[in-house]
Amino acid sequence: MSKIHVSTQVNGDQVEFLCEPEETLLDVLRDHLNLTGAKEGCGTGDCGACSVTIDGRLVAACLVLGAEVEGSAVETVEGIGAPDALHPLQRQILQHAALQCGICTPGIIVAAKALLAQNPDPSEQEVRYWLAGNLCRCTGYDKIIRAVLAAAGEMRGENP
Amino acid sequence: MSKQEFKILGTRPIRPDGLDKVTGKAMFGADKSATGMLHARILRSPHAHAEIISIDTSKAKALPGVKAVITGADFDDVENRWTRYTMQNCMAQGRALYDGHAIAAVAATSKKIAGAALKLIEVEYKILPHVTDVDEAMQPGAPLLHEGVKARKLGDDVSGNTVGYYSFGHGDVDAGFAKADEVIERRFKTAATHQGYIEPQACLADLGADGRGALWCTTQGHYMVRETCAEILGIDASQLRVTASEIGGGFGGKTTVFIEPVALKLSQKSGRPVKLVMSREEVFRATGPTMSASMDVKIGMGKDGKITAGHARLRYQGGAFPYNMVMMGAMSAFACYDLENVQSEGWDVMTNRPKMISYRAPGAPMAVYGVESVIDELCQKLGLDPIEVRLLNAAKEGTKSSYGPRFKAIGLVEALKAAKAHPHYSAPLPANTGRGVACGFWFNFGGQVSVSMAINTDGTVNLIEGNPDIGGSRASISMMAAEALGIPFERIRTIVGDTASVGFSDVTDGSRVTFAVGIATINAAKAAIRELCKRAAMIWEIDEDAVEWVDGTARPTGHNAGDFPPMSLAEIAATSGKTGGPIAGHHEGAPDKAGVSFGVHLVDLEVDPETGFTSIKRYTAFQDVGKAIHPAYVEGQIQGGAVQGIGWALNEEYIYGADGRLQNPGFLDYRIPVASDLPMIDAVIIEVPNPGHPYGVRGCGETAIVPPLAAVANGVAQAVGVRLFELPMSPPKILKAL
Amino acid sequence: MAHVVIFGSLRSFTDGVSELEIDARSTRALLNALVERFPALSETVEAGVSLAIDGEIYKEAWFTPIGPDSEVVVMPLMVGG
Ligand code: FES
Ligand code: FES
Repeated sequence: MSKIHVSTQVNGDQVEFLCEPEETLLDVLRDHLNLTGAKEGCGTGDCGACSVTIDGRLVAACLVLGAEVEGSAVETVEGIGAPDALHPLQRQILQHAALQCGICTPGIIVAAKALLAQNPDPSEQEVRYWLAGNLCRCTGYDKIIRAVLAAAGEMRGENP
Repeated sequence: MSKQEFKILGTRPIRPDGLDKVTGKAMFGADKSATGMLHARILRSPHAHAEIISIDTSKAKALPGVKAVITGADFDDVENRWTRYTMQNCMAQGRALYDGHAIAAVAATSKKIAGAALKLIEVEYKILPHVTDVDEAMQPGAPLLHEGVKARKLGDDVSGNTVGYYSFGHGDVDAGFAKADEVIERRFKTAATHQGYIEPQACLADLGADGRGALWCTTQGHYMVRETCAEILGIDASQLRVTASEIGGGFGGKTTVFIEPVALKLSQKSGRPVKLVMSREEVFRATGPTMSASMDVKIGMGKDGKITAGHARLRYQGGAFPYNMVMMGAMSAFACYDLENVQSEGWDVMTNRPKMISYRAPGAPMAVYGVESVIDELCQKLGLDPIEVRLLNAAKEGTKSSYGPRFKAIGLVEALKAAKAHPHYSAPLPANTGRGVACGFWFNFGGQVSVSMAINTDGTVNLIEGNPDIGGSRASISMMAAEALGIPFERIRTIVGDTASVGFSDVTDGSRVTFAVGIATINAAKAAIRELCKRAAMIWEIDEDAVEWVDGTARPTGHNAGDFPPMSLAEIAATSGKTGGPIAGHHEGAPDKAGVSFGVHLVDLEVDPETGFTSIKRYTAFQDVGKAIHPAYVEGQIQGGAVQGIGWALNEEYIYGADGRLQNPGFLDYRIPVASDLPMIDAVIIEVPNPGHPYGVRGCGETAIVPPLAAVANGVAQAVGVRLFELPMSPPKILKAL
Repeated sequence: MAHVVIFGSLRSFTDGVSELEIDARSTRALLNALVERFPALSETVEAGVSLAIDGEIYKEAWFTPIGPDSEVVVMPLMVGG
């Protein structure tokens, strides 16, 4: 079967690529576009390490075909925060030491950002349920949850 | 050891690799590629135990795009039997020993072609009887994994799969039981659990026909990888340059090789770089989980709560190759207590399962689960407070431990007292809720280490160490260097060197890095300080001994030294080119005295009588860490360990079918704790300094996984009034028990 | 003379002897003396043992000094995680 031509937007840049029909968006990002921030922890939608957004919707990139993103806007961890100003989530995660190995961190940041976009003032419980699809084996989640709540507060303009 | 004052230790700076990790730039095992790179895949046995009659790879080789195919026949025998087991675990020779055992591997121009080629490999198997249960595998007549490896001095009552036997203890346990007012003996079973690191094994290998090569991989020890691979491939260690990628979790699971020799061999055969990344299913089927266990624990107690005797028999199942790990369980089982009469015995047993590898405090959690459960039951029966009883029996400085040596300064009593005084322990308990308590212990290790430190002319410092940073160790090492040199943390950059840039270092395991690399760092700093003082003395034209190092500056000391203003590290470094060349310090050593560590965990949990589902309501973990260098990462270790233990207690297990195949090789069916399963985990740091470290550091990473199994089990017993003797206590099992 | 304690299952290689006095100033000298006295121990010692000298555990270090009144516990080699 021949490759499929796809043109889409990734982190604000217009990109084009050729992919096999069965290649996932995660394969495309990592193998063709050199964006290795999204990680493959399982390939079956169970770990959230590959979290990205498509047109603002949170997805597991390992469950989306590369060909499906034609004409949409994809955002990965590489598109979050500016060189001179980290996103509050990134900064709070660092400040709270909310990572140990850091393999889950990109997925957590992407997923938490999607949560705060639709719910700027989540409860601890809401954060926990939203992030239930993002496995972290190192931290026990405690500091991650605190960091997300702190970032939400910061984004609402509350004093930390 | 008196409390020391520190400037930098105990603060919480942002870790140096943090920015890369929140922006997606950090390079993990699977994130590196090379030009001309091939992709490799591994064919795995669908049988639990089978003779490999023949492997026909001709069709796979003929597939366009396939550049190399290898099988066990491509690996020459090696002399060291432990290395041979590792090699045969990476690629089966003659027999497939477990479901998922590697049979052949392919390197091709794309993942897709490599996958297609696997389907073209024809393997003829002769299926053999298998065994996956530890008690069955120990029975005489059980299917045998390997000939001639039975532990010496064992009788005919156990099978040849029994590869290790250990016993520890002192006193007379029978006399101790006779003195007891109450004796309880229970049989426990715990399932095998997986380390569950989120990053699967991955590597990028490039090996030339001349035996020179480079390897990039995710590992807890790249020197271990280098040495093992060099031995298996018959090349010189110096010619294989191994770089450790950022590591996405290990917990002991990345202390051996699974795919690196295979990738190197494929690269050598094809003449191209080869990338090999495991799928999650492969991680579950073919990398090391921890041992499953079957145990008998008997403890006697007086009415006053004094333990009169303890006896544990531990039978561990560790998969398809010889191993020795039950020893650590037997040594840990009763380590928390000061006992007159104690004995623990352990048997290491092989089965048709993947070869076990260390998992955080390997061997200890299950043994301690048995002991702490029986103690809890005795407390219930005698109507005693579980913390009081533990305080009454707690090991202290000078206690002759159940595994032999006498303890130095330790912090179990402090941890127990902190638990007792904590508001958690006195908070009221709602209906259907139980409160569990348990203690835990881990040894911690030192081991070999190399550190090299360079003082730059702008007053900054580069430090190279040889231990992969698995949870923020570059931060803690930079902090110790800053403390020792007396300069700001930000001036130091610590990197993990590859095997060609700094001397040998043991694997990152045994909670040893902050301790051992810390000591080497302090010594390297001392060497650099000596040189800095010497340069200052030269500039001042005074005697070298008349210069001392205070707060990051050289100062003249003594009456006749003269009156010179202090000279900072930066000032001395700036002129180093004129005073004798670059200034550096290094240290190579093998520090011991890592200092054992104890923890006490408290958990409140609720059991839903309708579904059998257990939810954790409140959790507090107390742990003696000696000295917390970076308290936030210490808390993180304690929280992470506690949650892994909660998973072990409630959900995680390797499930084998009658066919000997693993039934749940994925995160959907092997369920690790997720954020919504948990409350905040309160970590309380206790600091009883380790006399074996200049700053009082003890290892801290492992102890926290030891208490939760029993803490949760004790909580469940209290909540539902029935005690389970098998882990995990998954909802169906709890419902059945109700 | 160091007081040496042979621990647990290692005793099956020392004809049941569990405690003895050995004149040795370093761990290597002590292990050599032990193997000389109990040849059945040699395989285990070669594979590696841990020693606890006055309560501190040492893994495989030959030249760790042993004091004249030290208590040395000989244990199987310990492994980390
Ligand atoms: S890799 Fe996509 S969810 Fe795990
Ligand atoms: S920090 Fe390691 S998996 Fe989350």
